[in-house]
Amino acid sequence: MLFKPISQNFNDFVIDRDKERCINCEVCVRQCSYEAHFWDDARQCVMHDNTKCVGCHRCEALCPTGCLTIKKNPADFRDNALWTPTYMKHIYKQGDTGGILLSGMGSPSAKPIYWDNLQLDASQVTNPSIDPLREPMELRTYLGSKPDKVEVEETPEGPRLKTKIGPQIKLEYPMMFSAMSFGSINFNLHKAMAMAATELGIVYNTGEGGLHPTLYKYGANTIVQVASGRFGVHKDYLNAGAAIEIKVGQGAKPGIGGHLPGEKIDEEVSKTRMVPVGSDAISPAPHHDIYSIEDLLQLIYALKEATEYRVPVSVKIAAVHNAPAIASGIVRAGADIVVLDGFRGGTGAAPTMIRDNVGIPVELALAQVDNRLRDEGIRNWASLVVAGGTRCSADVIKAIALGADAVYIATSALVAVGCTLCGRCYTGKCPWGIATNEARLKKRQNPEIAAKRLTNLVKAWGHEIQEMLGGMGLNSIESLRGNRDKLRGIGLNEVELDILGVKHAGR
Amino acid sequence: MRRVYPNKDFCIGCHICELACLTAHSESKDLIIAVREEQASGLRPCKAVYEKGPVCVSLSCRHCENPTCVTACISGALYKDEETGKTKYDESKCVGCWSCLMACPFGAIRRNPSKGKIIKCDLCEGRDMPACVQACPNAALSYEDR
Ligand code: SF4
Ligand code: SF4
Ligand code: SF4
Ligand code: SF4
Ligand code: SF4
Repeated sequence: MLFKPISQNFNDFVIDRDKERCINCEVCVRQCSYEAHFWDDARQCVMHDNTKCVGCHRCEALCPTGCLTIKKNPADFRDNALWTPTYMKHIYKQGDTGGILLSGMGSPSAKPIYWDNLQLDASQVTNPSIDPLREPMELRTYLGSKPDKVEVEETPEGPRLKTKIGPQIKLEYPMMFSAMSFGSINFNLHKAMAMAATELGIVYNTGEGGLHPTLYKYGANTIVQVASGRFGVHKDYLNAGAAIEIKVGQGAKPGIGGHLPGEKIDEEVSKTRMVPVGSDAISPAPHHDIYSIEDLLQLIYALKEATEYRVPVSVKIAAVHNAPAIASGIVRAGADIVVLDGFRGGTGAAPTMIRDNVGIPVELALAQVDNRLRDEGIRNWASLVVAGGTRCSADVIKAIALGADAVYIATSALVAVGCTLCGRCYTGKCPWGIATNEARLKKRQNPEIAAKRLTNLVKAWGHEIQEMLGGMGLNSIESLRGNRDKLRGIGLNEVELDILGVKHAGR
Repeated sequence: MRRVYPNKDFCIGCHICELACLTAHSESKDLIIAVREEQASGLRPCKAVYEKGPVCVSLSCRHCENPTCVTACISGALYKDEETGKTKYDESKCVGCWSCLMACPFGAIRRNPSKGKIIKCDLCEGRDMPACVQACPNAALSYEDR
């Protein structure tokens, strides 16, 4: 196209407008924050520029005549198994800019998704299945350190627990909304997560951006995060939540820090993060006070002291090669919860090469961490949470059978409120009003509607989990935790089965 | 009485409410025909979205307690329905003097250029839920008793 560098014309999407039905109402023009649609004065009709489209489908969803279809650009390069268009376009872009490639959301690369190779069991004849509509089905989960043994004493009122149990997070569903900072997503969605978590009896995680003053009232359903930038961390913040999470690593970008561009830092974000308006908020790659397990121990206990041992402390790491050994160290350092974040976990922005090439599948890390903690006899010292790429209730239940206590969901929560995984979150122009703080765009998320949709999602998954549990003849999520006999692998090799600790289907 | 209330905090300025109003008041009840053909013969939405900076709000007749349009109307075409509380409009009586247009403090009355008569929100007579409220993608309009 005229006035464009050649590389930009290898666009990913084409906008198909059915002129038979288009009424030139300009709804699409107003909705597209990338200005792909525009009013053409010369022709007196709505026109478009395919090169600007990121494939978010917002216009398609709102076009009142349904005349828009966003399609993959059918223009083909010559087939080449090595040089797929993705790699070629990366290079064109870097030839233009000289910069590192950025991406939003989790890795879309075609790497094994072990959830899809695991099948659940069901009862037949013996050990009959249970109908969750007729019988109680317990999904309640407590996260936190459990004692090695419990002592009970007899009192005139009946038996009483003598052992003191450490602080726990009580969850009515084995799911939590994962860390997404205020800044990477906007206030409306933070509010929606807080409202939904409260309604559901679960928790949401603030991410590393502090907690907006108006959301302190949802504290009982909030996990406050402390990450390497220490943004928004102060005594009241630490004491505001039901737990504290130290973020050491993130699945989408293990080993590197975070970068919230200045454009996303408006007045409110600035106050909450305690950084100046418009300045970039850079979270360093490491915590500058953590260079060993002993240092981590000091931070864990500093946080426990600051909160007078009232709330559990969680430590989140990316699923990497030595996750089991690291997790063991974390548990021994005093963490009450360990979170493993897989490479499919979402992000506002990550260098593409890191997102797509660093870390290991969370399913394998989970199985191995669970094994290691069991072998060392310390599995009860901490709860295990997995994050990163759980798409449905079956993924959640498989994670629990593999050894997790609960699952963090974030991408699925965003999809529930409209995200189409266009992966352009780092531009700050999210047309769905999610990954943006622009006044015009963020109001596209009405917290009332978003909270309802999030609540619906978790309830729906809860129902499905109950059905699947019942099918296996179990009446509580506790009975499934780490019960790998309820799983069978399909299409997996010996090594994979061994790592996952499951038998092949048919065995 | 139940009225349509806009919520400027969550109005995204999409103008879909206008299209819904237009369709609901068209002969064809078909958006495409309403826009392409019926608009040419004067059909207009009773609703208009106003924007200033990032703020948008969608306005239509407020069905005021003491409507200035009714006071201003010289022909008795605009009147207050005692029973429902609605500010009603009898098109056959309108003489196109535009007095009400100037009197309405919300600018909620518009002209039908071909008929030489006014267009005004009737709260979607005959519909359970006003078209604009039903169509709004962001719940920025509510139909309620306040
Ligand atoms: S929103 Fe649909 S009908 Fe309206 S101008 Fe765009 S393509 Fe045409
Ligand atoms: S709204 Fe999204 S899908 Fe539609 S043209 Fe713009 S970028 Fe493309
Ligand atoms: S949050 Fe927005 S920008 Fe990011 S992937 Fe989803 S729709 Fe795209
Ligand atoms: S349909 Fe709703 S959001 Fe869109 S302009 Fe009308 S009131 Fe605003
Ligand atoms: S209530 Fe009905 S008539 Fe009134 S503005 Fe809404 S759609 Fe139009």
